[in-house]
Amino acid sequence: MEMRFRIFRYDPKVDREPVYRNYLVSAEPEERILDCLNRIRWEQDGTLSYRMSCGHGVCGSDGMRINGRCALACQKLVKDYLGSEVVVEPLPFFKVLKDLVVDVDGFLSGVMYFRPYLISSAAPPPRERSQSPEERKKVEEVIRCILCACCTGSCPVMAENEQYVGPAALVWAYRTIFDSRDDLKLERLEAVNSQKGVWACVNHLECTRACPKEIPVTKCINTLKREIEKHRSGKP
Amino acid sequence: MVFKHDIVVVGAGLAGLRAALEAANSGEVALISKVYPTRSHSGAAQGGIAAALGNEEPDSWEWHMYDTVKGGDYLTDQDVAEILARDAPRAVYELEHWGVPFNRTAEGKIAQRAFGGHTREFGKGPVKRACYAADRSGRVMMDTLYFEAVRRGVRIYSEFQMLDLIMVAGRVAGIVVYELATGEVHCFHSRIVLLSTGGFGKVFRTTSNCFANTGDGVYLAYRSGIPLEDMEFVQFHPTGIYGLGVLISEAARGEGGILRNGSGEAFMERYAPTIKDLAPRDMVSRAIHMEILQGRGIDGRDFVHLDLTHLGEKRLRERLSDISSFVRIYLGIDPARDPIPVRPTCHYMMGGIPTDLDGRVLDAHHRPVPGLFAAGECACLSLHGANRLGCNSLLDLVVFGRRAGEAMATSLGELEWEDLPRNAQDPAVSRMKRVLDRREGDRAGVIRASLQKTMTENCSVFRREGSLEKALTEIRRLMDQYRRVKVDNRGKRFNADLLEALELESLLGLAEVIVVSAKARQESRGAHYREDFPERDDGGWLKHTLVRKTGEDPEVFFKSVRITRFEPKARTY
Repeated sequence: MEMRFRIFRYDPKVDREPVYRNYLVSAEPEERILDCLNRIRWEQDGTLSYRMSCGHGVCGSDGMRINGRCALACQKLVKDYLGSEVVVEPLPFFKVLKDLVVDVDGFLSGVMYFRPYLISSAAPPPRERSQSPEERKKVEEVIRCILCACCTGSCPVMAENEQYVGPAALVWAYRTIFDSRDDLKLERLEAVNSQKGVWACVNHLECTRACPKEIPVTKCINTLKREIEKHRSGKP
Repeated sequence: MVFKHDIVVVGAGLAGLRAALEAANSGEVALISKVYPTRSHSGAAQGGIAAALGNEEPDSWEWHMYDTVKGGDYLTDQDVAEILARDAPRAVYELEHWGVPFNRTAEGKIAQRAFGGHTREFGKGPVKRACYAADRSGRVMMDTLYFEAVRRGVRIYSEFQMLDLIMVAGRVAGIVVYELATGEVHCFHSRIVLLSTGGFGKVFRTTSNCFANTGDGVYLAYRSGIPLEDMEFVQFHPTGIYGLGVLISEAARGEGGILRNGSGEAFMERYAPTIKDLAPRDMVSRAIHMEILQGRGIDGRDFVHLDLTHLGEKRLRERLSDISSFVRIYLGIDPARDPIPVRPTCHYMMGGIPTDLDGRVLDAHHRPVPGLFAAGECACLSLHGANRLGCNSLLDLVVFGRRAGEAMATSLGELEWEDLPRNAQDPAVSRMKRVLDRREGDRAGVIRASLQKTMTENCSVFRREGSLEKALTEIRRLMDQYRRVKVDNRGKRFNADLLEALELESLLGLAEVIVVSAKARQESRGAHYREDFPERDDGGWLKHTLVRKTGEDPEVFFKSVRITRFEPKARTY
């Protein structure tokens, strides 16, 4: 079948302003939107730029806005858009480098800000550290994060609060805070206890809707808020 | 621009990251990656990492070593397999100490599950040896090592593509790179280069590999005169999602999943009576093709079913959630209720750049090339022999990535800086310019599609002289056509059109080496199955293939296999 695409095109080094260009692609219903973009680039217009790699929702390269929703182009299928035009734009709130390619350095620094690695002062045992399945279960959902930035691109707060690190960085903070092997829980909770951190979130739930790995992002942020309150009231 | 670092690591998957971490304290390390490091393909590894921890049931490193050798159909160099199996527990504990969120047993140990070809007591039955974090083991390991590398000050250059290896009188002086964001060409001046650029599954049409897996490092080594080893051994993973090739982890069968043919029969019982669905990948892929060829595919078609319906929703959620989600998204079915249509998909390259036990790249005379190292899928140790076992790849990356890192750190004391030749980037720049200036010719995509078609039709699970000859003729025709490759995009910024045209040279060159090696080996061993030579022939062929670039056709030569503990015997499961 023929699919109509309208794609955001912009090279800030050359163009005065973005334009939308139209393309017609023949595609099967089970094909991915990414397959259509590839067909456009390979067969019609080699000047189109976007990132992609694994093609099945693991690497997190191809986060973009498809008909108004942030998603991975490799996880959305043609059949989900039958009968409509498909409008493809870069992730909102990110600086556009070219077409659908955005600058993710700030996003990654936000994740890095909360030190997304295990910190433990005790010398490790000769074998593995012990962790019960119940303790491990606390991070079961958040370890699905692939840093695709769909949540951060979807969050309305990003438009208003320039300080906000965004939901993905908080998911990574959550991952260390609720890892029973990490030493720095209180310090880490203090780090997210700010307007830059959890208190920027006002439960729009857009991140949760957008997450291609089905992480309950808003719920995680609220759990962090409750954890801060518990420690504040002295009843951890 | 010229960047100067003691060590340049090319490729930021697990092998590159692990090596960089090991060397970071001894010198200035730069990590070059053509994608953002966390997008590297190690992240797609699902099932786990093998180590005889014995957390779930008795296990031993000797059984692991034996399985690796037998899995490799005795082409494995056994000293390498011994290092791997002995070092595995340490490597896994180290990952745990760095924070990898492994699943746990009730007693709080790292959980383990069964995997293809991993057995107890030298083949008596399956053993739980695979340590895992659900079915995203590679991704969580890579994220952990990436943030650890950033924390330790490894300098990362994202979206930099290697174009050339700079060699001066047989020694490494650096690399030439293309910066995607600006279209600029730069030189990295270094004393050591580690190639950890991964595989090249993209020579085939259907593959579990990512788009970035075009084998650039392997090809550039080959073009610099380094021979390539055991390139005929291409692993087809039995269970790619039908049509797409997206991987359904062997963990699905490790957890109890069963392959069924058109009449619902669990056909692996006929091919591997002892370990059935947990036979090694080469055997299962051949079995699936046999079922299909004999008309026993689903409805007589070209796929079979992977049945997980008896595993229950809880187990699917806790241990196989990513693959459950892939099946829901791409096929619209629920694995708890419906069987999954699968067929083999190109997955892993056993062959690559020959190295010693510490990642030093070996030249045609088996001597180390000063300053040049390789690790990971792009290297050939040879650990995996003629067929790699599942979960031995992640292990290979961290065990031998670390050893390469250690050896690089030591070598820094001995290696002088070579002067960077004047205009080292010129050959790469003129290659690019020729492509950019060309107005008439064919798009890379057209040539690539023809290459993938001929490789898939003629050099997949089953091969014979005629099909390989056909593939070789076609590849050489495509190489001719490639001389007239053109691009639409002449811009400087994020020009994937140009990059893919350059990558195609690697794919074509490596495809030729695969076919030349496959034609040379007149026997069947592991993943290399010749219909015209269906038996393994230890008398004639218990040796590694090497292929070297010459002015004319590639030259084929051989080297012996190191056998220390396990004499070759019939390989049944």
